[in-house]
Amino acid sequence: MIGFWQKLGKATLARFSSIGRATALLIGALFNVPNIKKGTPLLIKQLYSVGFLSLIIIVVSGLFIGMVLALQGYTVLQGYGAEGSLGPLVALSLLRELGPVVTGLLFAGRAGSALTAEIGLMKATEQLSSLEMMAVDPLKRIIAPRFWAGMISMPLLALIFSAVGILGAHLVGVDWLGVDTGSFWSIMQAQVSFEKDILNGIVKTLVFAFVITWIALYRGYDCIPTSEGISEATTKTVVQSSLAVLGFDFVLTAVMFSS
Amino acid sequence: MSQNIVEIKDVTFTRGDRVIYQNMSFNVPAGKITAIMGPSGIGKTTMLRLIGGQLKPDTGDILFEKNSIPQMSRKALYQARKKMSMLFQSGALFTDMSVFDNVAFPIREHTQLNEDLIRIIVLLKLELVGLRGAKNLMPSELSGGMARRAALARSIALDPELIMYDEPFAGQDPISMGVLVKLIKSLNNALNISSLIVTHDVTEVMTIADHVIILADKGVIGEGTPQEMLEHSSPLVQQFLQGLSDGPVPFHFEAKNYIEDLFTNQSAGEFQ
Amino acid sequence: MVSRKIEILVGFFVSLGILALIMLALNVANAGIGANGETYILKAKFENIGSLKIRSPIKVGGVVVGRVAKIALDKNDYLPVVDMEISTDYSHFSETTAVNILTSGILGEQYLGLNPGVLVNNAGTDDDELNDLFGQEELKLLADGDFITDTKSALVLEELIGQFLFNQGGE
Repeated sequence: MIGFWQKLGKATLARFSSIGRATALLIGALFNVPNIKKGTPLLIKQLYSVGFLSLIIIVVSGLFIGMVLALQGYTVLQGYGAEGSLGPLVALSLLRELGPVVTGLLFAGRAGSALTAEIGLMKATEQLSSLEMMAVDPLKRIIAPRFWAGMISMPLLALIFSAVGILGAHLVGVDWLGVDTGSFWSIMQAQVSFEKDILNGIVKTLVFAFVITWIALYRGYDCIPTSEGISEATTKTVVQSSLAVLGFDFVLTAVMFSS
Repeated sequence: MSQNIVEIKDVTFTRGDRVIYQNMSFNVPAGKITAIMGPSGIGKTTMLRLIGGQLKPDTGDILFEKNSIPQMSRKALYQARKKMSMLFQSGALFTDMSVFDNVAFPIREHTQLNEDLIRIIVLLKLELVGLRGAKNLMPSELSGGMARRAALARSIALDPELIMYDEPFAGQDPISMGVLVKLIKSLNNALNISSLIVTHDVTEVMTIADHVIILADKGVIGEGTPQEMLEHSSPLVQQFLQGLSDGPVPFHFEAKNYIEDLFTNQSAGEFQ
Repeated sequence: MVSRKIEILVGFFVSLGILALIMLALNVANAGIGANGETYILKAKFENIGSLKIRSPIKVGGVVVGRVAKIALDKNDYLPVVDMEISTDYSHFSETTAVNILTSGILGEQYLGLNPGVLVNNAGTDDDELNDLFGQEELKLLADGDFITDTKSALVLEELIGQFLFNQGGE
């Protein structure tokens, strides 16, 4: 029995110290504003690897998800003679839910895991220690640019995802299935609100970006510097950030769209 | 030994439940080559991290140029680190930069020099380690010995007062080992700096060290010039220096009685 | 050092993202009502607004001229009051204007239909003379915050069926 209490206590303490270290990392990344001359090239480099390199998977998935939505939506709406509502159906699903969530999941898998693995390897090859010994703060030099790159890239990727998805739906719905192009766009415009749908979608993506990049960076920075430790950390990044995205999505949807 | 660059005073350090050092004290004289030796697993690398301020001792004090490292603020610590540099076992070159940029990195970070001047300094440092021809190679294209030399060039880029070498000879062929030994010696003389080498390669380091410290059993077991060490009376020191397989440091990891272990039933922890 | 290629590709990525935002804002959401975003408010009191919602369109002859801005209950008589946000491009509705709650199709959403009635010509003097000639009283323009009095409530299916049954029983 005492063994159980001890285990519970130990696990609790470990959990709290883990949260503490993650918070310290976040604060280090947020408040260590690097100077513009040295920071900008680092940020651009990270925008390239975190953002630009994720572009292909985002565009391709967006296109296909948009096309599938149009196909599925059309068959259901046709039953009510409401094919005209295909536009808002696709646009609202993409802007409110699928854009932020699917982009978040893909981002966690593509960029989050890469961030964790990269930082884990830097730790294993003593590059992080070496920075510290050169009196360069790794939080400033390594963590901060990656964090901001994630915060900037994610919303852009989600917007691109939604836009491409709507174009894909137009391709299938209008060009293939024969929905009237005028009603496709105009009913969409009548139903979609910039503040309520697009801006709320962007707010969602920002929250997801924050959570995913934070988890990815923390897992990499805190990993056990062996090949086993890095692979475990990478898996944890993908699993935890995917679950976090889904959980936060429910909460945010409840707050934003339930009225 | 009038001047000491590093002074370790009564340091105790534990990791988890394991005591690494117990009330250990020694000094690193300035301007000389000091070697810290000891069997593997004794926490020699930990020693360097303590001096670098990456770890803090449980009790005791570590002085770098008479200032206490564990009590420094973060800012002061970073200032102190600019005066020391560390050569890691793996070299720890930044894999996303060329050799040139690696060496230029600390200069670009800590000075406002223009690129022309940086280029001159980097080429000078690379020439010292004989890698000027390799300046445009990426770290992945270097052999282990070359990577270590490139890292050495990087660690002297800012002309530090103390260089700490973590196992510089581990896993090197005799030729590159010879090159490194010569480099460490000539750098120490040419730049008039202090060197602290952590190693277990006895023969190599005995030829260049001015001062030898042997660690075992959570503390210092012998200290002095190489000559004094060779004549040391402690059997532990002799076992280490001569590389005898058995002696005061047992060949076997601590275990229960051999016969007993063989003929009892499986104990917990095995084959579960 | 960041190479030119990477800088260009990042620039491409960022502009693509901004382009997507502009496309979504203009093509998908149609931010605002007309070309100019300026609007004014007209109010109308209904018996029953059915399933009219905030942001439901307001149409004249099928053309969207504004959107429902606010729906509230009058504190005195507990009747719903709808605030209509109408583009200033269409700013001379007369006091004879009627407003109905209409439904687009059987399952469609409800919207407000404005019937302008007699239009007031703001061109000026000629009309005044004509009006004077016929001894007609001058029609007033509806201004910001005015009430439209001629309103017709939403058709509620249950009431319709009830009326139908009542009429049947009466015959």
